[in-house]
Order: sequence, then structure tokens, then C-alpha cells
Amino acid sequence: MSARAEILANIHRALGVSGQELPRRRGVEDRLEHAPKGLIPERGQRDPDGLRALFRAEAERVGASVTEVATSKDVPREIADHLRRHNLPAELRMGEDAWLKALPWHTTNLDVSTGPSAGQDLVSVAHAFAGVAESGTLAMVSGKDNPTTLNFLPDAHIVVLRAQDILGDYERVWQRLRTAFGKGLMPRCLNFITGPSRTRDIAQKLLVGVHGPRKLHIVIVRED
Amino acid sequence: MSLSVTSPQFKANAHRALGDRQLQEALLSLPEGFVAGRAAAAGRLPEFEALRDSARDIKNHTLAHLDLYLEAYEKKVIESGGVVHYARDSEEAGKIILDICRSHRAKHVTKGKSMISEEIGLNALLEANGIEAVETDLGEYIVQIRHETPSHIITPAIHLTQDQIEQDFRRVHSTLPASRDLSEPASLLTEARAILREKFLRADVGITGANFLIAETGTSIIVTNEGNGDLTQTLPKVHVVLASIEKLVPTLEDAAQILRLLARSATGQDMSAYTTLSTGPRRTTDLDGPQEYHVVLLDNGRSNMLGTEFADMLRCIRCGACLNHCPVYQAIGGHAYGWVYPGPMGAVLTPSLLGVDKGGQLPNASTFCGRCESVCPMRIPLPKMMRHWREREFERHLTPARFRFGLALWAFFARRPWLYRQATSLAMRALARLGRRNGSFTTLPLASGWTSSRDFPAPQGATFQAQWQKRPRAGGKAA
Repeated sequence: MSARAEILANIHRALGVSGQELPRRRGVEDRLEHAPKGLIPERGQRDPDGLRALFRAEAERVGASVTEVATSKDVPREIADHLRRHNLPAELRMGEDAWLKALPWHTTNLDVSTGPSAGQDLVSVAHAFAGVAESGTLAMVSGKDNPTTLNFLPDAHIVVLRAQDILGDYERVWQRLRTAFGKGLMPRCLNFITGPSRTRDIAQKLLVGVHGPRKLHIVIVRED
Repeated sequence: MSLSVTSPQFKANAHRALGDRQLQEALLSLPEGFVAGRAAAAGRLPEFEALRDSARDIKNHTLAHLDLYLEAYEKKVIESGGVVHYARDSEEAGKIILDICRSHRAKHVTKGKSMISEEIGLNALLEANGIEAVETDLGEYIVQIRHETPSHIITPAIHLTQDQIEQDFRRVHSTLPASRDLSEPASLLTEARAILREKFLRADVGITGANFLIAETGTSIIVTNEGNGDLTQTLPKVHVVLASIEKLVPTLEDAAQILRLLARSATGQDMSAYTTLSTGPRRTTDLDGPQEYHVVLLDNGRSNMLGTEFADMLRCIRCGACLNHCPVYQAIGGHAYGWVYPGPMGAVLTPSLLGVDKGGQLPNASTFCGRCESVCPMRIPLPKMMRHWREREFERHLTPARFRFGLALWAFFARRPWLYRQATSLAMRALARLGRRNGSFTTLPLASGWTSSRDFPAPQGATFQAQWQKRPRAGGKAA
């Protein structure tokens, strides 16, 4: 008997079922089909301004820095200023995200290159799929537009987030994913990122910047 | 089981732990760290208690339909281009992973944190076959270079002081200048980051565990703070997910319910820094990510727990809250438990997975204070299950003769209330008279277990039962 068959047979025996019972099968199909929402915290249920304020407060609480700009045109200048303030090189790595690429980078002295990271880049910029206000969390979707390596290898990770993409809770991110990718389908990787990389593994002291980025900077674009 | 099991020597282990000064120093910060953190995080979310009910119900539903959710999950993984393997036990899981590594001629493997990989003794197997397996979670890395096992399921090096870690880094990173300053935690961190970065970039295969498997989408989730799991699974050609079968949840919505409890219960964070949902290998338009995605589903005794009085244990999400809050764990740390899983969850799981003859000692390491159950996000009745194990141990005559004699003696009196009252009040009066001068005893016959570390107070007044009899009753006699 294969391992698969034996494990399933064991489960059937333990549960006292054959696996063919229609009501059981229907119950499972139903749940997978309708994905009932559980309890959603009140915290994330507010108007767009409230969501933006909550997202910002929560992200700052976990050690991310957050700035807001009025329009997407202001993003390159804000990032150039941020890098200067933190003594970081004026070099950026980003993916092929059309919206990001269309920003007026030429108005700054920033040296922008495109593609995933192989570990040499100090600074990356990525465009968030969504933000989750209830915990100040970014949702990043893999693909050529925003390759996953950009979220983890560089020292400083800069994420541009449109205010309209700030959602109250994770459940709204699932809805958006289903709209974007289809029901039951997912991007290869979805990264929820809540603050910069951290650990308590040395004498339980909180240390930031372990394997992932040491700094997480979020630029919120209010109108676009 | 390639990992040696010292659970049967629990008492001796615990004695040694109590006398280990560095361990005791390291354990001191547990209460104000994780315990206070959990309380604050839970307090910040008004729905926390209701979410615990929701999470319990989700897992109960999943376990009651585990066969069907496994089939649904498997189908989705295959559709997304992944490969699903089933392993009945440790040996089978190890062989599957070794074969995957061999088929890619892998020399270097990086690993994200996975308790299941500890359970199957994966590192030893890979090393024995000439494959370097590097733990990349900072705590796991520290434990690995010391040739130890994790002493905690989420902070593996919690038993070590900063000085000990500095000494290990100096010993192992011997090519770095001896004069370097490692006096600050941050300098230890920087050194580990640089060393492990190289390992990430040259690994052929990355192995992670999974906190959840989602049947709806064929997705595996890892929850980490360091980002090591993500570098482990993103950079090499091959990503292997090693997960036990009870990690399943039906939908993304169900995962979100439990995610709201996990980090709060574990470290007092609302969310861990990185929660990563992976579905299959690199897509045609992707520029990074693994080219192969394998899932190894391990049973190793879990299907046998379904439908028994230990089934509730399969709801466990490995947050570590029961360890952090346990007075026994706080006193002796994790290694004394003698296998992979320490603390209250380990006391229930170890006899379930290894057998009561090997793990039967562990459920005795409880005061039944109930703090573990009161903080368990999945509402697992841990004390009740430890009591089940004690009963089984007793039934199988695995308890020591002296202990059984004592219990039999107590039972003899307890079944005869009149005799019990006479005997206890006689003993009390005798002890009270003998201890009148000092108010306490430094030694007592048959009670050296108590008096070797503290004095035994001499009784005062009447027995509890006598005092209870005399107390004024509210409302007087029934009308």
C-alpha cells in the first residue's frame, strides 16, 4: 500500500468514515466554494482616511518609516530625499511594474536599474499590491513586476503604496486576489510584510535587520 | 528516530537544569518578555477571546474532514505545478528529501525553521550523506553550531546567554579576526547575517516547514520574523516544504482567523514581520523563485491520534505560549523534556508520538495550574490530556513502585473519610507539637523531596476539613 493510501486509510479508520459519504463531501466542497468569513476585528472597519491613519500608526509601531505624498509624481523626489537623509546610495533596483516605471525618475539623480536582485543591491523599490490597516501590513505579490528577491535581499526596502489600496483586513486582500487571479488561484508568492526583519534569538533582546532588510520605508500616495 | 531521546530520564534532566546557573540566568527574562508581550497584544484586540473560539472550531472542522481536505489540497498543489509526497514516518520523509537533494546533486542545503525537521532528524541524515545542511534562523543556527537541539519551539536558543553565543561565534567563525568586538548583541547579529548570507546565495535546495497548508489554493504558509525562511525558499532552484498533515486549514479566510492569534500568542506581535504564502514553483513570467516546489506531508503517528482523547492536540499551531507560561518550563527550560517538543504541548505530544514508555514521564511535570490551557490560542485542554497520560502510565504499571505504594496508601484512607479525618488530625497535632519551637522543619522523614530545598512549615490550628465544618454558612440552614 502506498504511503498516501495508508495515511488516508488510517484517517478513515480513525474518523469512522469511508471518505465517500456525500454529506461530508458536500460540506467540504461548500466551505471551499464559499469560504465563509470568520470574525473580523472592528479595528479595520473605517473610512479611507481612517484606514490610512491606522495603517500608518501600526506600521510605525513595528519599526517601519512612513511618509505620505500627494500624488505619484512626488514619489521619486521623496525617495531621493529619503536615501540622502539615511546616507544610502542613490541607486535603486526595481521590477518591471509599469506604474512604478512611469514615475518621473529622471527628475532626480537616482540611478534606477530593473530586474530581480542577486544580492548586490543596497536599495530596492517595490509597488505594494495592498496594505492592511489592522496591523500595518504590506501585501506584496510576486512576478516580474515586483520580483520577490527585491523584498528580502537589499538592506533598505522601499515600498510605494497607493492610499486606495489600503484595506481594512486580510479578508479584503483575499477578495482582491480572487478578482486579480481567479477563485482558488494564487500568485506564486504573496508576502505579508509587517515592519523590518527582526529577532529575539540573542538573550531575548529585540534586534532589527537579521536576514531581510534592515530598513523598511513606506511611501503612501494619497491621490493617483 | 535519529535524534536521541532522553525523555525517560526526565527527573535527572530536570535536576541538572535546576543546577545549571547559565540556564537559570537565561530563563529569567521569560516572564517579562513573552508573557507580558502576549498579555499586551491580546489586550489590544477586543475580539481576541472570540477568535480563539473561531480558531478552535476551524481546526475541529478540518480534522473531522482531514481526508477530504488533504485530497483537495493535493489537487491544487499539482495544478499549480508542485509535487506532493506522503511520508508515513520519519524514515520515509527523510528518504524523500534525500532523494530530491540527490536528484539535483545538491551539496548545500539551507533550512528555514521547522520543528518537523527536528522530529525526523533531517540534519543528521543529510550530513551523513555528504550534504551540508545549514540552519538559517538565528537561534537555530546558534543551536546547530553548538551541536545542540532547540530548547524552545519558537526561540530555539532561549537557554543561552549572550556571553555563551559570543564564545561560540569566536570558536566557529575562526577565520575572522580574534580582536573583533562582539560585546554587543548587534555585532553578533551583523556577523551572523554576513555568514548566513553567503550560505543563502550558494544553496542548491531550500527546506522550510509550514505553519499552515491551505486546501482551497494549495498554498503553504510560513510565518517568520527574520526573513530567513524567505531567502531559504526563494533563492535555490528547489523549495521543499516539510509539513505534518494536521497543518491543513480549508480556506484563506480560515488561515486569517488563526494568523490573528499566532503571533500575538507567540511573541506578542500583531503579525510576525513576514507571513509568506507560497503556491507552486516559479511561473513562466517570473524572474525569481524556485524552479521546483515539493511538499512532503508527514503523518508520523498523527492519524492515530484522530478520534482519540488526544485529538485536540492536533489543533496545536506551535506558538509556544504554553511553554512561556508554564512554571515548570520556566524553571527547567526545554532540554530537560528530552526530545523535540518541550513544555505542556510537548508533555502531551511526546507520549503520543513516541509512546508512553518513552514519553510517559513528561505529563508528570505539571502542577496542573492550568495556565497553559488558559493561554492556548486553540483552546487545547492540555491539563486534561496530561491527566489522561498519567492514567495510562499508571494503568500500564510504568510508575515507580514507591509512587504506586504511596498512592495506594492514600487511596486506602481517602475511601474511609472517618479514618482519613482521624489520621490527618492526629498527624497534624503531632507535627504541630514537634515543630512548635522553630515553626518549621528542616528535615522530615519521607519528605526529603520537599525539605532538601526548603523548610516545611509546622501546621497551625485545625485541619482544613475541620475548619471548613466550622465556617459560618451563608443564609443559615435550608428552610
